[in-house]
Amino acid sequence: MAAIEARGLSLTFTTRDGPVQALYNIDLRVEPGEFISLIGPSGCGKTTLLRVIADLEHPTGGEIRVNGTTPEEARLRRDYGYVFQAPALFPWRTIEGNVMLPLQIMGLNKAARRERARQQLALVNLEGFARKFPWQLSGGMQQRASIARALAFEPQLLLMDEPFGALDEIVRDHLNEQLLKLWAATHKTVIFVTHSIPEAVFLSTRIVVMSPRPGRIHDVIDCDLGAERPLEIRETPAFLRIAQRVREGLRAGHSYES
Amino acid sequence: MKASAALPVAVVSASLIAFWYVAAIGLNWQVVADMQARAGAAPGFGEMLSLTLSHNRPLLPAPHQILVELWDTTVVLPVTSRRSLVHHAWITLSAALTGFAMGTALGIVLAVAIVHLRALERSLMPWIIASQAVPVLALAPIVIVALGALNLPDLLPKAIISAYLCFFPVTIGMVKGLAAPDRLSLDLLRTYSATRAQVFWALRVPTSLPYLFAGLKVAVAAAVVGAIVAELPTGAQAGLGARLLAGSYFGQTIQIWSALAAAAIVSASLVGLLGVTERVVAQRLGARAG
Repeated sequence: MAAIEARGLSLTFTTRDGPVQALYNIDLRVEPGEFISLIGPSGCGKTTLLRVIADLEHPTGGEIRVNGTTPEEARLRRDYGYVFQAPALFPWRTIEGNVMLPLQIMGLNKAARRERARQQLALVNLEGFARKFPWQLSGGMQQRASIARALAFEPQLLLMDEPFGALDEIVRDHLNEQLLKLWAATHKTVIFVTHSIPEAVFLSTRIVVMSPRPGRIHDVIDCDLGAERPLEIRETPAFLRIAQRVREGLRAGHSYES
Repeated sequence: MKASAALPVAVVSASLIAFWYVAAIGLNWQVVADMQARAGAAPGFGEMLSLTLSHNRPLLPAPHQILVELWDTTVVLPVTSRRSLVHHAWITLSAALTGFAMGTALGIVLAVAIVHLRALERSLMPWIIASQAVPVLALAPIVIVALGALNLPDLLPKAIISAYLCFFPVTIGMVKGLAAPDRLSLDLLRTYSATRAQVFWALRVPTSLPYLFAGLKVAVAAAVVGAIVAELPTGAQAGLGARLLAGSYFGQTIQIWSALAAAAIVSASLVGLLGVTERVVAQRLGARAG
């Protein structure tokens, strides 16, 4: 069973200035354990597609299945963890309290919540910060805490919407490495929205290049760099070749609008 | 308080007090001059000054006269005395606090209902706003007389007037606060499939606390005003309102002003107490110090 399967998926927003076609005829199949990046310029619908998978937006045409069911059923089953662009930590809760929030809503008892939070915080190297409040952590640490929170359900599917977009390059490199390790250790399916070409190539098993107006899939690029990916891989010819193809895809998609 | 803040505060307080003394001299001058003329005396300027500031029924008492009266009626007199300001302040305070509790409860319930049932916002809000457009001075006698006929304890009709003034700022603040969570936090809880009740307790309540405290501070001061106003129309025997009324019957301006000062002190203390509570709550909820 595919983790995600979309066929002819479309979404049209009705706005005051008339209809806006955010997604047009999307066909995409994601197998369990893949790391898929959605890349494209602003307005190409990559975040909207992620939100459709999460049942935060409702498609107006076509079909989408998440783990074999509708997105709503998947959401109610708590099949996925979602990481937003901003950490969105509740400022009145400690880091531990924030990671425990989904578990509390799930109805786990306090001891089990605490134990799970401890494990998830260890996974993102934040063991020592459980009792701190969000403002006491740097932006990168806050985003790591929000990843730990998304993993708290132990979902098989992780949806990430430009999670490192607001961070500086060095922190971003570091978090990319950590994310790869996490992915290798947990075998989760990851859908990752980004507008950074090196980030997409470095992380993904497949890259979906999208183009705007209407938001659609322009190209799907295999990214077979293997499981071992040190940061230096970004200087290798194989990496640069894939990056080049992504860049061409983005350019071709862009010229379409003028 | 930082030293840099102490100086402006002292300067403003000192100029207010100085202005008050000048006003007291100006307003009382004619009264004193007339009295002296009737007695056939012609005091000098210095003596006139001291007489304007020590008259026992002045148009405007000097600050030190009010302080002396406050001291006499709170510390010197026993609390059991009928003239004790502590006794009167307590009568008013107990009604105000009861009304504050009732009004806060009502205000919160209304706000929760309005936030959860959009239809209520349009049907209920106009009435809530209209309720505050009715002058409480006109309403108080009606309520007091109506409830008085039911043989309720004295405190309750007064508390109801207080509650009537109190619930409004609490409702307005809480409606705003409960609707304050951002899209992102709401989306986050949606990805957890949280129920409405879970969203309410985990997100809406904590977000609304600063709005609630802002409303409570306005409400508690209004509660004291409400209790005093409720004591006026029936000529209550006790309470700060009764002291104001009795003072004005007999031209005891010093008594009026000391009752006013007591009301201000009570209100300010309650607002201060809420401020401290707010800070303690905020600190427990992880607010930055300072």
